[in-house]
Order: sequence, then structure tokens, then C-alpha cells
Amino acid sequence: MPLLRRLIRADHPAIPFTLDSERCEGRAGDTVLTAILTQVERLRLSEFSASPRAGFCQMGACQDCWVVLESGERLRACSTALTAGMSILTRRARTA
Amino acid sequence: MSERPQPLIVGAGPAGIRAAQALVAAGLRPLVVDEAPACGGQIYRQRLVPDGRSTRDLYGSEAPKAEALHRDFAALDGKLDYWPQALLWNLRDGRADIMVAGTSRQVTYDGLLLATGATDRILPIPGWTLPGVFTLGGAQIALKSQGCAIGNRIVFLGSGPLLYLVAWQYMKAGAKVAAVLDTAPFSAKFHLLRGLPLFPGIVLRGMRMTAELKLGGVALHYGVGDVRIEGKNAVEAIAWRQDGLEHRLACDGIGYGLALRSETQLADLAGCRFAFSSRDRATLPERDTAGRTSMPGVYIAGDGAGIAGADAAERSGERAALALLQDRGLPHDATRAAALEAELARIGRFRAVLEAAFPFPAHWVKDIADSTTLCRCEEITAGEVRAAIGQFGVHELNRLKAVSRVGMGRCQGRVCGAAAAELLAHETNRGIEAVGRLRSQAPIKPVPLTLALAAQQGAAE
Repeated sequence: MPLLRRLIRADHPAIPFTLDSERCEGRAGDTVLTAILTQVERLRLSEFSASPRAGFCQMGACQDCWVVLESGERLRACSTALTAGMSILTRRARTA
Repeated sequence: MSERPQPLIVGAGPAGIRAAQALVAAGLRPLVVDEAPACGGQIYRQRLVPDGRSTRDLYGSEAPKAEALHRDFAALDGKLDYWPQALLWNLRDGRADIMVAGTSRQVTYDGLLLATGATDRILPIPGWTLPGVFTLGGAQIALKSQGCAIGNRIVFLGSGPLLYLVAWQYMKAGAKVAAVLDTAPFSAKFHLLRGLPLFPGIVLRGMRMTAELKLGGVALHYGVGDVRIEGKNAVEAIAWRQDGLEHRLACDGIGYGLALRSETQLADLAGCRFAFSSRDRATLPERDTAGRTSMPGVYIAGDGAGIAGADAAERSGERAALALLQDRGLPHDATRAAALEAELARIGRFRAVLEAAFPFPAHWVKDIADSTTLCRCEEITAGEVRAAIGQFGVHELNRLKAVSRVGMGRCQGRVCGAAAAELLAHETNRGIEAVGRLRSQAPIKPVPLTLALAAQQGAAE
């Protein structure tokens, strides 16, 4: 079940991306964090105990929301705008 | 004078904006560096795109202030240099390393004004790393900036004015707020009456919000302790103890915070002297009433050297800029400076009232279970930290970091640092002022290794 509930912007233009190879749609104005968490309930698994994480501070301080793209690039989900065609992985345990 | 490097302002929130405005008015051309894509800071953060909501919808009673700041900063366009989405990650030898657009640039500056703000203060509780638990600030950003609620049935937990403000904003936005759990007893709120003569508008607004929350069916619980968040893969419920009784409430989103803590890393790298503040329970950069630090040419404005809120940030930003002008031998308005200091003193007195009304639950520390995760980056439990303190006879925070890895993770102790200090003080039977502070290290936030190496090489040449 998605973690975040969209209250507005539901009719904004769709931005396609993939999440663990599944096709998804975000909305114009989404951060990567919002785009993922309006689909599923976690961003990643923690490095040591592989427990689910979904960010914490949403202001670029806690560093808990780093995700990996298929290209290997890492990005901080709360402070990165979603762009069309992003291929995001949440299943890899080690993202550091 | 045009030969001198430009002043550097870090942060484009209320303090940074007012500082920039004052410097530009005096004929200087500052460089403003900010991590966000648009100005406003966290409190007056802007959306990535327009979404049909008015500024009144976003900022409530503070909408005129937000509008004024955004408008005034936009009016400075062309009169200053502004780097949004830029991270100042190191200060050394009078130069700043700034990551912008994927590269690192080195900037020399003459006058450094830090307006780095604050983040939520946290003590660990069981289940606080579960998906669905966000800081109060994070919950507010989800709503304000992204138009999302952090769940379908939400509980807000903690202490501080933000607790009630965020709960009220969620209710007004149409989200289901199940309860507000206040760590302080109800009696603490009577302290707010002392704040009435100082800022009647703020106190009455707070009372109105509380009343509207009650009318809206939100349960308000006071004196909450022994809080546990339950869930397997995400938040499912919250349990707590109150007046000796157990309580439990199903929920799928939790906003949590115990007021705010200052972002002090850059002041540390700049060489500023720190001193303990009993009000903030933290060791903070020293600053005089004008915003001067112990380092000549380095100034601090806003919440980055002690929490005072957005109204104080605007004033201290302007005040620090006037100090910079004076120290540079430029004309500055001494009458204006004195008026700003008087207003800041009044806000400071109100801040003491708020601290009494929304006290930090320092007594929670003794109850943190050994199995509770204290450091969410390195996944270190309170028990492991206690064991390290005992085994190595640790009395100081940096030593604790060295032997336990607490504060060594990606957040550099932003999240766990306050809790680690409280735990160390409690375990060694000393006051919080006696355990020191975590030294800051560059890069103050993660930057690509290649970029840091390139900057090092550039500095060596």
C-alpha cells in the first residue's frame, strides 16, 4: 500500500518512470520520494539489517532516502525532482 | 572596493533573504548559496510547481510574511549572485567548496554570513525507523511542498509549537488526524499565559488551533511517555503510557519531533568558538547580539546558533548584515540596528516562555530500551552505545563516536547527536553540558568522491 496520500496535484501531467522494473507514473511537481511513496511503502532497505526505510526528515538532513538508479547513479530522493524515464531500484540492500 | 571579494551568504531562508537585502541596499553584491531549488528556507518553502493552492492555503496566518520574503528576494535579481541547489560542503583557508550542477567550485569571500537554519530534534523510540514515521518538519514539507499526507490516519507526537501547527495544517487540508500526543503535561501550557503580554497574537492563535483540533475530533493527550511505534514493514499503531495507564491507537503515519536543533557544521568548519546553551541543551556557536561570531568576518543569523523561529530569523539576518557593513567600514543604520536588537530581545523572552510550555522530555533518556536503534545510519542500538560507554570509560562525544560509530554515518549526527549526548550524560551521571559536542567534518553532507578529490587537487595546486 502506498505510504503517502496525494491530496492535490492528482490531475497534473504524468511523468513515467520505473520502480524495480515496474512501470509507474508520477506527477509533475513530484520529488523522487513522493513519486515512489505514492506507489509503495518504502524507498530502500537499510545497509546492515535490510529493514525497510522511507526517509525521515524530507529536508536533506537525515540522508535516509538515498536511492539507486539502474545506471548506478545515487540520488537523495527528497531533494531530487522526478524526471521522465528514471529507472529506480529499491530492492538492493546496499545503496551506500 | 570592487577589488574585494563578495560577501557569501549561506542559506536563503528568512535570515539569508533579509541579510542579502540589507547588503544589496548598501551597494554590495553578495553571493547567496542555498540547497533548495527556490528561496524561502524550510518554513517558507516553495512548491516545485504551482498546484492550485494559495499562499494562504500553504502558510496560513504567515502567508503575508512568506509572500513578502519571496517577493523581496526576487526583486534582488541582478543585484546579487544566487546559486540555488548548491551545497557548500567545506570551508578552509578562507575559501568555500560549493557543489553546484554536478561540479565543485571554489569561492573566495570577504565576509561570511551563515543562515543555515535547523532541523527536528529527536530522541529514539522503538519503531521510529519504520516507514511512515517522519519528523514533524518532514510531515509539514510533504503537505506544504508536495501536497501529500503522510498517511490515512495520522498521529502527531512530540513537543514544541510545530506539533500543534502541523496537526492543525493536516486537519485543515482534509487529512485524518487521529491524535496529538504531547510529551509535556497539560499544566505546562499555563506558561503560555506569561507570553500573552509579549506576543498576544501568537498565543491566541495557538489556543485557537488547539480548540479547532478538539472541535475537529482530534484527541489531545498530554504527559505521554514510554512511546512505542508498532508495525512490521510500516507503521501500524502507536502505544504509550499516560497517568500510569497503557494506551494504543491504530495509525499508518506518524509525525514526530521534540522542537528543533541548530545546523552548526559550517560555523564549526569556519573556526567559530562554541559555548553551551542551557535553553537549547546544546553546545552552539557563540554570537553577540549583532550576530558576530568569535571569528572576524563570520556572522550567524537565524536558527543556526540557537532556536528562535522565523520572525527572529528575519531580524537577525538584517542585523548581522548591518554588523558586516559596519565592520567593513561602510555606512550602516545604527538606529535600525538597535531597533532590531530590541525586537530580538523580546522574541528571546518569548522563546523562554515557549521552552517552559513545550519542554524537552529529558527524562525519556533513562527509559530508552537497549534494543532501540539510536543511530539510524549505522544502525547502532542504545544498548551498544551504553556498552561502549562502559567498556571504554567514555566521557566525551567524539570519543564515543570513535568507539561506537554513533554520529559517523551519512547524517553526521544530525539525527542521533542530541540523543547520543543525552545518553552519554545520563550514563556518566553528568550534566549534558559536560559531554562536549560532535566535531563537524567536511564534506558536511555526502558529495561524490570524485568531486571531493578534484577539489582537494585544486587546493593543492
